[in-house]
Amino acid sequence: MHVNSRGRRIAAVAVAVTTATLLAACGGDDGDSGSGDGPITLTVDVFGQFGYDDLYKQYEASHPNVKIVERGTGSNLDEYSPKLTQWLAAGKGAGDIVAIEEGLLVEYKANPGNFVNLLDHGAGELKSNFMEWKWSQGLTPDGKQLVGLGTDVGGMAMCYRKDLFEKAGLPTDREEVSKLWPTWQDYIKVGEQFKAKNTGAAFLDAATNTFNTIVLQEGGATGGYHYYDTSNNLVVDSNPAVKKAWDTTMDIIDSGLSGKYQAWSDDWVAAFKQAKFATIACPAWMTGVIEGNAGAGASGKWDIATVPGNGGNWGGSFLAVPKQSKHQAEAIELAKFLTSVQGQIGAFKAKGPLPSSPQALDDPAITGATSAYFSGAPTGKIFGAGAKSLKPVYMGPKNQAVRTEVENAVRTVELGQRSPTDGWTDAVNNAKKAADK
Amino acid sequence: MATSLELRTQPGTPVKHRRPGPPRRPRLSHVDVKYSPYLYIAPFFVLFAVFGAYPLVYTFWVSLHEWDLLAQEHPFVGLANYSALMSDSDFWNSVYNTLGIFVISTVPQLLLALWLANLLNRQLRARTFFRMGVLIPNITSTAAVAIVFGQLFSRDFGLINWALGLVGVGPIDWNASKLGSWIAISTMVDWRWTGYNALIFLAAMQAIPRDLYESASIDGARPARQFWSITVPMLRPTIIFCVIISTIGGLQLFTEPLLFNSGTNSIRGGPLRESQTMTMYMFENAFAPNYNFGYGAAVAWMLFALIVVVAIVNVLIIRRAARSS
Repeated sequence: MHVNSRGRRIAAVAVAVTTATLLAACGGDDGDSGSGDGPITLTVDVFGQFGYDDLYKQYEASHPNVKIVERGTGSNLDEYSPKLTQWLAAGKGAGDIVAIEEGLLVEYKANPGNFVNLLDHGAGELKSNFMEWKWSQGLTPDGKQLVGLGTDVGGMAMCYRKDLFEKAGLPTDREEVSKLWPTWQDYIKVGEQFKAKNTGAAFLDAATNTFNTIVLQEGGATGGYHYYDTSNNLVVDSNPAVKKAWDTTMDIIDSGLSGKYQAWSDDWVAAFKQAKFATIACPAWMTGVIEGNAGAGASGKWDIATVPGNGGNWGGSFLAVPKQSKHQAEAIELAKFLTSVQGQIGAFKAKGPLPSSPQALDDPAITGATSAYFSGAPTGKIFGAGAKSLKPVYMGPKNQAVRTEVENAVRTVELGQRSPTDGWTDAVNNAKKAADK
Repeated sequence: MATSLELRTQPGTPVKHRRPGPPRRPRLSHVDVKYSPYLYIAPFFVLFAVFGAYPLVYTFWVSLHEWDLLAQEHPFVGLANYSALMSDSDFWNSVYNTLGIFVISTVPQLLLALWLANLLNRQLRARTFFRMGVLIPNITSTAAVAIVFGQLFSRDFGLINWALGLVGVGPIDWNASKLGSWIAISTMVDWRWTGYNALIFLAAMQAIPRDLYESASIDGARPARQFWSITVPMLRPTIIFCVIISTIGGLQLFTEPLLFNSGTNSIRGGPLRESQTMTMYMFENAFAPNYNFGYGAAVAWMLFALIVVVAIVNVLIIRRAARSS
């Protein structure tokens, strides 16, 4: 029968493709391991949006023997990091270049043997291309191995929806909005005004996002650390910066300003689309997330104001070359290119991650950059302003696990499952437990 | 009637006698008869040894070590991981959740499947269509099912909370309440597996001799009575099979609760670990954010032990129940 034979042919093709894929997967990239004159394929593993597509094209144009494949675009860090860890543990499977988020870098740095020492390949002379602290974050504690080259930093701002602000009778101009909230207490007052107008939207998305912003600000402003001190002692319960951030967040929760969405959940994404909250703590890379989640329909409805409190840094990544890569030399070259001044500017233009290179931050391409999606906000100026004077926050060995526990405790209070006092007890106890694991 | 043997032994007919003694066979065929069955079943056992037994033993070996996933050294710690597990309240919470979800999903599921199979066993129009139809949920991908149900049970944007709102019930935060999340996850499991079990029951029902029902009707037994007195007891081995399969699947529940809890740290199964199953707890420890492979392996072994225990208990209960009915 007509349909049948066609169906069979499709099935046969499907089987062939699947088999080929499986064989290719099993064979790894043995096929092009001969570093002779044949073209080689470099795989780059990323999460979220790194904005490298145009840079790949440029690089391929100037290096005809190299083909670049990117994996993992758009996946979140929770999906990406277990995979990367398994690849490293198995000694097989990782890309030739892997992106590592700063909070996880500490854990990977504890076993630097998994990565190529970039200092052995002339990366040392690039030091001046990076902010001092960003450079040292990529180094092992003894300073002898450079595990990763810095990509972006997470300078902070506060993104808000103009249409909702207008509905609530608040100013919509970004200068005026910034003046509304020099401190977090002012931010709460604005929130209460907003809430009184019953717009049908919450003032902010999730208390955990606000908490994380404040704890990084406080940590940066005081000792330069939050959950762990610089000697890797867990100080969740004794560091005043953590407690202060906790208390401020409790005030926000207490005022009923949060939409109580679990960050990165399907509901959170839907809430962007349906304009269910008016503000969100906004590290530079968050602008790309907002644009992706709220969609083209909300273009011009968002704007960016300064963040309440001090400046600060949330997030930012590194590129590393795993030892298991079969094309280490070529991969190192590509990593250097992607993290170069021009590379960082290119990525910023594509998806908004703020450069970690002072030269890039001074470049007119950045200082003059605006974002049409965010009502023409001068993103380069807003995020770049504090970036060079950023005080980084030190992150200890089990930073990610500890952070998870503390943020989770915030969430239980937000949902009314715990009192602020019990929530704090949970945060401290569970953080200690996580640090011991 | 005369058989050919009798015919041949008619008097007067020459009979060719065979030589006494066992028939002579080539030695090769003797070896063949004796050993080839083992050869035929060998592929399964070889595969099982490679993909089943070896990982099992290796996992146990890992569980005796402090095994940081990325570290080069894995010091031997004996049973330390197990003793830590015994006093780990989060672990016991995951056991409690797993058993809770298992019970509230499997019991209604098997009863429903039995009822469905009984319906499908009657004279229906388009029987094959309906019989195939119940299997359709099973061939959809778990991820797709979980995403759709996750949206149905969404706190602010979900159809179910919207419907509840119509009858004046306030929105339920399905993710952040224990019973709510259990119910939501059980619904997904039931939707997927009820039809599958129903088809197995149906196959077994068709093997029950019709005359049993005929004589029962002559004796005046109504269909309900026939169902409980004939169908269910005759299905006993099949029910035991389905219970064991459901036990194994139910206690290893992972994808549905994981995708039901979307967002950061979905592996926790809710802010207070409301719906974190044992496999999720194993993953949380072995991989992100703890990367403690040894501890995760210990959880895996405890899960294995629990499955064996629960399967045995189930079989005992069902045997007794079927015997008494």
